Amino acid sequence: MRHNVYLYILGMWLVSYLIRVLPLTLIRREITNRTIRSFLYYVPYVTLAVMTFPAILTATQSPISAALALILGLALAWFGGSLFQVSVACCVIVFVAELIIC
Amino acid sequence: MITDRKKWFFKGMRDGIPIMLGYFAVSIALGISARNAGMTAPQATIASALIMASAGQYIGFTLIAAGASYLEVVVMEAIANARYLLMSCALSQKVDSALPLRHRLLMGLWITDEIFGVSVSVEGRLNPYYNYGMAAVATPGWALGTLMGVVLGNVLPVRVVSALSVGLFGMFMSIFVPPARKNRIIAALVVVSFAASYAFNAISAFDGISSGMKIILLTVVISLGAALLFPVEKEADHAA
Repeated sequence: MRHNVYLYILGMWLVSYLIRVLPLTLIRREITNRTIRSFLYYVPYVTLAVMTFPAILTATQSPISAALALILGLALAWFGGSLFQVSVACCVIVFVAELIIC
Repeated sequence: MITDRKKWFFKGMRDGIPIMLGYFAVSIALGISARNAGMTAPQATIASALIMASAGQYIGFTLIAAGASYLEVVVMEAIANARYLLMSCALSQKVDSALPLRHRLLMGLWITDEIFGVSVSVEGRLNPYYNYGMAAVATPGWALGTLMGVVLGNVLPVRVVSALSVGLFGMFMSIFVPPARKNRIIAALVVVSFAASYAFNAISAFDGISSGMKIILLTVVISLGAALLFPVEKEADHAA
């Protein structure tokens, strides 16, 4: 390695931080434009859904255990499971399923 | 006021536990990639504690290993993490508009997919102490997992890592599913997002686009389409 690793890390941190902090510090007022408001209202749900699928299918050792976790997670969250419950349930079903199939 | 801060901080710590567990599992893999890139344990751990971005760090480590220039690393980091720009915009509307600058500067440190997802789903205004509580728990998980990955490599049973890895997705589901149950438009958006994301990843013509960029493109296009077709009235804003 010809470069200083800590300088790389500093650069990576700085650019990530600027991206994260600039809108939060520069947008100080409530946005009144209805389209922008609506856009920002939908962003979290869309981005979380996009990040979940199909990425979940390749997160575990087997797409079958991952698919089970997906189905269980969706169902449990639908019927009011808390963040912690859904998260733990998904981990447990993957562990159990992989005991059987892997 | 102080009890309010305390309350939110501790609530944040509690809700940060699943994030910490998931981070721990995911960042072990990141630590292994850091080791493969020739980084030392302190380097990788510091990088994780500061940067807190899975795809961003992974790309960064890969480029460092390849001896890329500082500029290349910084530009790729910006592309991989550009989705945080959107999240930061959304958070700017979620906090009190009178929130002092120092809190905005602090909150910005810990905008990750998970902390953002959880904090944006709070009812009403977001108290920054909620984010601090989550960060206080989640950051050590991320940094220590990375450290474990570098130092111990594959010491954890694969089964355990595999099971823990799915925890973060469970968290995501617990965030977007309840509003989808209450609101048909959000439910439809989730279905559309799943389908579009699947198609985007399955079609090999898009293989050159990084996963971070795919997330941004899909988020912008789908959210913008929804905003134009189904604009949200003001009072509905904080309901979900």
